[in-house]
Formats: sequence, structure tokens, C-alpha cells
Amino acid sequence: MLDKRVADVAAALDGIQDGATVLVGGFGLAGQPIALIDGLREQGAKDLTIVANNAGNGDTGLAALLKAGQVRKVICSFPRQVDSWVFDELYLAGKIELEVVPQGNLAERIRAGGAGIGGFFTPTGVGTLLAEGKETRVIDGREYVLESPIKGDVALIGAFKGDQLGNLVYRKTSRNFNPVMATAATLTIAQVDEVVPVGGLDPEAIVTPALYVDRVVEVGAREWL
Amino acid sequence: MALTRDELAARIAADIPYGAYVNLGIGAPTLVADHLEPERDVTLHTENGLLGMGRAAKGDEIDPDLINAGKIPVIAEPGHAFFHHADSFAMMRGGHLDVCVLGAFQVSVTGDLANWHTGEPGAIPAVGGAMDLAIGAKQVWVMTDLLTKDGTSKLVAACSYPLTGKGCVSRVYTDRAVIEVGPNGARVLDLFGTTLEELNELTGLELTQ
Repeated sequence: MLDKRVADVAAALDGIQDGATVLVGGFGLAGQPIALIDGLREQGAKDLTIVANNAGNGDTGLAALLKAGQVRKVICSFPRQVDSWVFDELYLAGKIELEVVPQGNLAERIRAGGAGIGGFFTPTGVGTLLAEGKETRVIDGREYVLESPIKGDVALIGAFKGDQLGNLVYRKTSRNFNPVMATAATLTIAQVDEVVPVGGLDPEAIVTPALYVDRVVEVGAREWL
Repeated sequence: MALTRDELAARIAADIPYGAYVNLGIGAPTLVADHLEPERDVTLHTENGLLGMGRAAKGDEIDPDLINAGKIPVIAEPGHAFFHHADSFAMMRGGHLDVCVLGAFQVSVTGDLANWHTGEPGAIPAVGGAMDLAIGAKQVWVMTDLLTKDGTSKLVAACSYPLTGKGCVSRVYTDRAVIEVGPNGARVLDLFGTTLEELNELTGLELTQ
């Protein structure tokens, strides 16, 4: 039977190239693929474009990846937070590029990337700085702005349980960006707390069907839960 | 007397229709949740993927996988549902939420909202879900003090800060007054310990009732 399990985080991240666009799931700690992010720091790929909701908190996870100088550009909705000092310093020193995207447009651009949609007209952002220079159109009397799809070379996904085929389920609000990001990358890598036997996930409740996922690595229960 | 923050939250809660689906923005609007009476059957949406959000979690209830859009641990009400970010913002953008309550730097009499960016040099822009929320409910209400700390009116003829959304706000709840705003201009719906003349003096506008 097909088996997408890999032995460890290093094997899961094998082959990620310099210059890659990496979609990183999670919202706060919930659903953040922390083992994979930490692994990417050790793996060493640089000149990366990171697509995520935030641009790192504190000194760990994404912030550590930024601090190590591996990230050229961040595409996110909310970089500035009370503990985003690593990003803030790099940004204000002109050492990192930033593309700010409204959170719903970010999710939909990634969804479009995964769904083969070439772009979409959205009312979000119309008449604001974030729509400047973009094509607009009036449809049924309402103004919309054209947004482009986002695709990744790699997606790092934080799921709850998976099977060896690559089916995934999430836990509570840790779903967030993960299911859409899983659809939108050439190489989708999922960390899961637990791998269960094939048939062990309720097919009515599988959120990410197996075909989106290329590698599954079991990292064990997260210590903060 | 002008209303306290809590009294204002209670007033907004009382105006939310029975059975409404509601998103409360980060900051002061979250106070509205404390004043929603259970028999009004209001369901709270949080954009990080939960419909049926409850109050902040305490003690053993705290679960880092169950948080709100402000990343605060919450509980979930019976009958809640989880969904991913694209679905969550589709609920919003698609007009399926009845009311959204947001904070503001400025609101114009025509309903323009500025609440994400001061536009000052060196300010790091961070929008989050603000622009999506601003255009994403059937009714978008603003909850704010009428005046900034230095006494400037947040209700203005035209916003000077970068916009979050154009013509998106329908009602502004402040500690001094409730004001309807929109394409036909502003109209004062209610005054709290303030006369219309005083309100016009504070805002520099020519509001009517």
C-alpha cells in the first residue's frame, strides 16, 4: 500500500531549494507546524519567500528562521505584533520584503492557487492602499478588485492525525490556513501528532484528502496541549 | 452622562437582533459578548474558523488549539462548528453574517472606515482581517470613544488615515451618541448626556437628528 510516511523531520524536508516559496500553516500556536519550521532552520534553505498569517513571534519558530537570514520576503496579513521584534527589526532595516494581504484575500488567493483558478474579483480592499495599481471591475453594481492566486513550491502543514496515504484531520481551530495551503504547493509536507492505521480516520470527516499530501511525519503529542 | 465602555457594550448587545450571527472585532468590541443575553440566541463567529464561540477559557478549559482571532483561548458553545480560513472568510465576504462590530481610528459620515494603519513613516502595515470584516457583514457597526485621547473627533467628514473600507459602516456607537452613517450622510439616533449642539461642537460637524 502507498506509504507517504517519512522517518523524521529531516527526511520530510529533504530537497527544499534555496529561493523556494514556502506556505506555512497555523494561526498563533494552533496548527503551526513547529517541528517542520524548526527543521527548515536546520535544513538551511535560504532566500525563501514565506507565506503565512504572521511573520513570527518571539525568538522561536518563524522568527528564528527570519533571524537566521533564510527569508527574503514575507507574504502575510499581520506582521506587527507585540512580540514580532525579529521581523520588525529586519523590516525597518530594509533587510526583508513584505507584502501585506488582507487575511481573507490571503486565504482565497491560496485556495485559488490550489484550485486552478487564475484570479478572482473580491470586494475586500477596494478603495484602499492594498488595491492600488490593481485592476478593478464593477459587477452587478458593486466594485471589486482583481487578486492573483498564490502557489507554493512547498507547504508545511500542522495537522492532528494522518494516515500513511496522506489523509489528514485537524483539531479545533488549528485547521485555519492548513487545509487550503495543503492544496496549493508542489510539495506538501504534513507533521501530525499521530499516524493512525489506514481506515482509522472517518472518511466523512477527513478534511485534507490524501492526494494533496506528499509526505507525512509523526512528531508525537505537542507538549503544550 | 456619557456612557462607560461597558454601558456602550451593553447598548450594542441590546441592538443585536434575535438569532443573529455576529463577528466581534479585536479590542473593545469583544466586550459586547459579555452583555449578550443567552435567550437572544446570538451565535458568535471568529474568523480563525469557529462558529459558536463562547467566552474566554479559564483554568482547565484552556486549550491552545481553541482560540479566537485575538489568539485568546476560548470555549465553544454546544452546536459549534470548525472550518478552514477560506470558508470562514467566504461566510463573511458572502454576506452570511448579520452584524460585525469593529473598532476605529476614524469613521466618515458616509461610512468610510479607517482602522488598520496610521500611514506614518516607519509604521509597519498590518491589516489582518480588518478589510475583510469591514465589507463582510450585512451590517457593520463601529464601537469607539467619540474623541481620541487628545480630544479630536473620530467621526469626521472624510477620513485622513488610510481607509480600511469605503462606505461600509452603517452605524457608529460612541460614548456620546449613536450615529447612523452612509451614502445619505449622518443622522443622530441617540445621545448620551450630550446635547446635539455639544455633539456638533465636539465633532465640528453639522449633524441632525
